[in-house]
Amino acid sequence: MRITCPNCGERDRREFYYQGDAVALARPASDAGPQAWDDYLHNRENPAGDTQDLWFHEAGCGAWIVVSRNTVTHAIDSTTLAATVKR
Amino acid sequence: MRLQEPEDTVSFTFDGQSIRGVPGEPVAAALMAAGVKLVARSFKYHRPRGIMSAGSEEQNALVTVGRGAQAEPNVRATVLEVSAGLEVFSQNAWPSLKYDVMAVNDLMAPFLGAGFYYKTFMWPKAFWEKLYEPIIRRAAGLGGLSGQPNADRYEKAFAFCDVLIIGGGPAGLMAALTAGRAGADIILADEDTAMGGRLLREVEDIDGQPAADWVEEALVELRALPNVRLMTRTTVTGAYDQGTYGALERIAGPRHIDKPLECFWRVVAKRAILSAGALERPIAFPDNDRPGVMMASAVRSYVNRWGVAPGKTVAVFGNNDDAHRTAHDLAAAGITVAALIDSRPDIQAEGDFEVLSNATVTATKGRHALEGITVTQDGEAREIPVDCLAISGGWNPTVHLTCHMNGRPTWREDIASFVPTPDSIPGMVTAGACNGAFTTAACLKEGAEAAADVARGLGLKPKVTVPAADERAYKIAPLWAMPGKGRKWIDFQNDVHVKDINLAAQENFRSVEHMKRYTTQGMAPDQGKSSNVVALAVLADATGRGIPETGTTTFRPPFVPVSIAAMGAGSQGKGFAPERLTTSHHASVARGAPMIEAGLWYRPSYFPQQGETYWRQSCDREVGYVRNAVGVCDVSTLGKIDIQGPDAAALLDFVYVNMFSTLKQGRVRYGLMLREDGHVMDDGTTARLGPEHFVMTTTTAAAGQVMRHLEFALQVLRPDLDARIASVTEQWAQFAVAGPRSRALLNAVLDARLTDADWPFMACGDVAVAGVAGRLFRISFSGEHAYELAVPARYGASLFRLLTAQAETLGGGAYGMEALNVLRIEKGFITHAEIHGRVTAFDIGMDRMISRKKDCIGQTAAARSGLMSEEREQLVGLKPVGAVKQLTAGAYLFEPGAAAERINSQGYTTSEAYSPTLKTGLALGFLKRGRARHGEVIRMVDHLREIEAKVEVCDPVFFDPDGGRARG
Repeated sequence: MRITCPNCGERDRREFYYQGDAVALARPASDAGPQAWDDYLHNRENPAGDTQDLWFHEAGCGAWIVVSRNTVTHAIDSTTLAATVKR
Repeated sequence: MRLQEPEDTVSFTFDGQSIRGVPGEPVAAALMAAGVKLVARSFKYHRPRGIMSAGSEEQNALVTVGRGAQAEPNVRATVLEVSAGLEVFSQNAWPSLKYDVMAVNDLMAPFLGAGFYYKTFMWPKAFWEKLYEPIIRRAAGLGGLSGQPNADRYEKAFAFCDVLIIGGGPAGLMAALTAGRAGADIILADEDTAMGGRLLREVEDIDGQPAADWVEEALVELRALPNVRLMTRTTVTGAYDQGTYGALERIAGPRHIDKPLECFWRVVAKRAILSAGALERPIAFPDNDRPGVMMASAVRSYVNRWGVAPGKTVAVFGNNDDAHRTAHDLAAAGITVAALIDSRPDIQAEGDFEVLSNATVTATKGRHALEGITVTQDGEAREIPVDCLAISGGWNPTVHLTCHMNGRPTWREDIASFVPTPDSIPGMVTAGACNGAFTTAACLKEGAEAAADVARGLGLKPKVTVPAADERAYKIAPLWAMPGKGRKWIDFQNDVHVKDINLAAQENFRSVEHMKRYTTQGMAPDQGKSSNVVALAVLADATGRGIPETGTTTFRPPFVPVSIAAMGAGSQGKGFAPERLTTSHHASVARGAPMIEAGLWYRPSYFPQQGETYWRQSCDREVGYVRNAVGVCDVSTLGKIDIQGPDAAALLDFVYVNMFSTLKQGRVRYGLMLREDGHVMDDGTTARLGPEHFVMTTTTAAAGQVMRHLEFALQVLRPDLDARIASVTEQWAQFAVAGPRSRALLNAVLDARLTDADWPFMACGDVAVAGVAGRLFRISFSGEHAYELAVPARYGASLFRLLTAQAETLGGGAYGMEALNVLRIEKGFITHAEIHGRVTAFDIGMDRMISRKKDCIGQTAAARSGLMSEEREQLVGLKPVGAVKQLTAGAYLFEPGAAAERINSQGYTTSEAYSPTLKTGLALGFLKRGRARHGEVIRMVDHLREIEAKVEVCDPVFFDPDGGRARG
């Protein structure tokens, strides 16, 4: 598997650490309530198809990257620096 | 028998028998030349078997190479190259290949059909573990492992290219020429010892010259192109995501201890061309497995390429025109062709041999070698004495790699075979025989055109020129299995025959995937390369469906067996994980300190002195240094993260539960870090070196995790914060100087004296040691008056020598991990033994540290009622109060009267030590409602070590509870 780091270019997946769903970008406010926090912390979709997740270029530039990919075809549509994602 | 006597031969052995062979030719060819027919016993029934193929698809001729630790089992004799002194052994036979005791299985065959063990070994239930399983395990498997560490060397490597061309036959060579001439960066991989594929094995012309000469000319041109890399002996084993391919290279030349046997490649290619050719499939007729029955194309390979005759009198049996070539080539080589038997009516064939159309082989005879066949034509049976039978059921395109990413092949009726479905692998195209193009002319054309397309896609300008070649069409009439009695073998490697598949269908295992698992069809090392299509054709017939509706099983990587040693090359022994050494490592080792692993780091356990025979003596002495004089310990392994920027303090407020923006410059604060789910992640101290400059320490174990976590907080959660972080763990060597005389020691080595007023507890600042700028932190992990002194790593080794020498003059010395652990347990300081991932700030009594004046990671989740319940297991100290003084970590806690069972568990211990200071064993642990139970006497039970002790629950801080020693 190859991932294109927006800073470093296409690299082997061994350089990356996998975190999980990109839902982590949308951290609820402290007072958002138990349901919002439960969803944020624990509840995940398990899609057969497009998904977005977070990878860390740990053995590279140290960037956190949002990877849009397809769980069925394994195709990667796009990669974006997490720090630049609008939220 | 050899058709011509070769010039250079060497000697090797097969089961001890000396055999002569040509270096580099397959062992199978040399065995055949020496007249060896019986080479193996089959997997289940131990039937005598001979060589069947001339390639990596070989089902029968699996052998063991070498002996002892270097023995390698299940090597295919058709791939293994002859070299001088090679030792080859047959497998799965005892006491010998000829007289194999387990051949009794063959007589029991009527009871051993598909699924027999599911039915037979069911009852009585108790027999399974004691009787059936050991018997089955002993009988199972082909070659055996030595049980010794593998002495052979293996390698792994990485490669990158524009185009990976898989298979160097006519299509692959033509593709390499076309894309190579256009300037593409190419890797051409072929599993054979030489490029050329079938062109080295057939009698035909290309551009008016013998095909083998055309191959040589093509190779001369390709070798001259700097952008082309030719890799022979290299099997591409798998297709993976984003153009990544796995490949196994067998290293050329004799096996040698100083040279790797194999290299596992990971190839990254922008595009790939699959030109892997096709594999000939057998026909299922009774006793079609006798030694001497071979694939028709393999017979041509041995005759045309290796100059070896597989028999003296050969019959050819097939259902397609391609089989006729075998009869012609044999006759041309002067070998007697007893008959050409074709199942089709009205065939066109002429030659110096008898041609029988509309005829089939219906029986064979000969125990250890083929002696004759029975041919049935128009209902009449007749026997023909032969010592070799060449069979061909047609060709299966080698579609395997196109199925590695969930692709399914497409059935093509005209060639009665599956062909690749286009675009099954992103970036890969197929060309030649693997695409169902079965003439040389079509292979050359497809190879050139596929390469031209690929080259154009890479922005190059290829030119297509295709040489003239054989255009004889391939005609076939499907023939899968003969009717009638007797076992008609399909999967030779796993001993599956037609009746097994019919039985599966009859017992309603109608899905091809179910049939596979019930019969083990296609589950042998060859993964059914030759047999799968025949098997599913038989299943289709048995279930009244067509072949396309029946479908194929899933082809998965690897295409050929890959040894684990090759995939894991370089990762054995010291290669398993990197070693991180501190600057004091060599000095510690020189002092005789046993080193223990802490993550990737190595740290000294203790520093033994003369006369000490037991680690506790050293440990107790070192604890005494710190409590009574001064001790020195390398703490460089703790993670150090440099944090700078206008929002550095805000970042710390966000990742720590307590406030750091209020920390004054020149001061240090203890911080607790939570995961977002409210559990403790790590702890440590952070010093403020400047208004916008902090340095954080983490535990040794969590340094990488915390670094990742801080980057996550900064980039993912709070990209609005203007701060930057960098790991500086390797850049600083840091030493704890701890004990009542620590200041005296430092005043002897620092360029400026320390005063109480300037250096109170939790102060930090710049210092200098012999002119070297360093940092000093007045922090304590021992509970004593203590410091940590940091200098740039290059000065670490000399500073350690200086500090320990000074400590020794003050009645102290170096201390190791054991003493460090005792000191911190005496003080109730936690490590990852306590904050093990399921523990909250509340559990360790630090929930009041969580500031409500700001948001921080984990704050919301930590406030959940379940994480604040008084019923939770809370950190406590434990002291032995009964006859048993030994406490252990990992033991369970119970009420005095309760049975020591899981359901009654009140908690557990996490750390223990003998305290030479307090002269008692101590333990830390977690106990339900523990903070309210100080003074209670309970039971500690270690089921594993069989230790039970009465313990008193107490505060986790055993020593100096008000902390006066550290502050004073």
